[in-house]
Amino acid sequence: MANSDLGEKRPLSPHLQVYRPNLTMMMSILHRITGAALYFAILLGVWWLVALAAGPGYFAFVDGIFRSWLGLLVLFGATYGLFHHMMGGIRHLIWDAGKAFSIKSAEHMAWMSLALAAGLTVVVFIAGFAAS
Amino acid sequence: MVQFTLPKNSKVRTGKTWPKPEGATRIKEFRIYRFDPETGENPRLDTYFVDLDDCGPMVLHGLLKIKDEVDSTLAFRRSCREGICGSCAMNIAGENALACITAMEDIKGPVTVYPLPHMQVVKDLVPDLTLLYAQHRLIEPWLKTDTPAPDREWRQSKDDRKKLDGLYECILCFCCATSCPSYWWNAERYLGPAVLLQAYRWIADSRDEAVDERLDELEDPFRLYRCHTIMNCVRVCPKGLNPAKAIAAIKEDLALRRF
Repeated sequence: MANSDLGEKRPLSPHLQVYRPNLTMMMSILHRITGAALYFAILLGVWWLVALAAGPGYFAFVDGIFRSWLGLLVLFGATYGLFHHMMGGIRHLIWDAGKAFSIKSAEHMAWMSLALAAGLTVVVFIAGFAAS
Repeated sequence: MVQFTLPKNSKVRTGKTWPKPEGATRIKEFRIYRFDPETGENPRLDTYFVDLDDCGPMVLHGLLKIKDEVDSTLAFRRSCREGICGSCAMNIAGENALACITAMEDIKGPVTVYPLPHMQVVKDLVPDLTLLYAQHRLIEPWLKTDTPAPDREWRQSKDDRKKLDGLYECILCFCCATSCPSYWWNAERYLGPAVLLQAYRWIADSRDEAVDERLDELEDPFRLYRCHTIMNCVRVCPKGLNPAKAIAAIKEDLALRRF
């Protein structure tokens, strides 16, 4: 082979740079992103609980941050992330059972997950505001 | 190691624009990845023009037209021109496909052509498939038996034979393996969809007597379990096979043999 002496110097062909994105591919990376983001989201929950244990003054401070519009926005994102990741988990359970491997059903499940995750997030926020 | 960007020597530069065919009314633009090992320069993207009225309908026809009449230095693999040899697998308009069965008119705008993604490039559209062939060898793709061979053929019922449909048709073009981001990031350790589909082809074979050993070889966090059901493999398979489903079947066999 003419360039076998090139060894390591052979170029790597383009991948992410040229590959056309599609729904199932995006859902996979979103599953991972939401999974990683939930590590940080859980810290917020822990912070809130710690504040609760620390006493009324500190709790009021932390609770105030959570109730600000920025805090609510972050919580909204975290709630969506949780439901998105949960729906992803259910999709993977269905796949692990050997079902829904056609592109059509995989895309159908992807749209269902997106809709259900968004719907459940809104429901949680409506319930939250109704309760407070 | 996951690296999302291309190494310095692999960044694609703008290349040459070749002249348009004279007197042509219906012109298709091709943007083709070029790498010349003789110069060792970075890869480049050359622009060519093909007269659709003087060319066959498929992307491979366009590539051959360019090689025959415009630029004979363009290198690519091809053989059967009818989707059975798997040689002309490449990345066309952002998706892996066989050039010989991809119609030019189905591609809107210019036809961009790259080698199969995340592979070492030998020249132009020719990737080095050594690793994939080695991985295929690793799963021992042949019938393994302990019982003495029968006088005639190994018998198989019609129902058992049917279990191989959707598996045996694979032509090893590696469109699927090189479309898989999981394979991009872990090619040295993950076997990828093409090889795993082949592995399952032997696991599913009623005549094979080494199923447990085959499963042992695959029970590994990387070899098998890097499949995250991204489904690019299913989208691109030119034979309409379903590697993701075959991989799930291996996982199921592994889970069930614990009981």
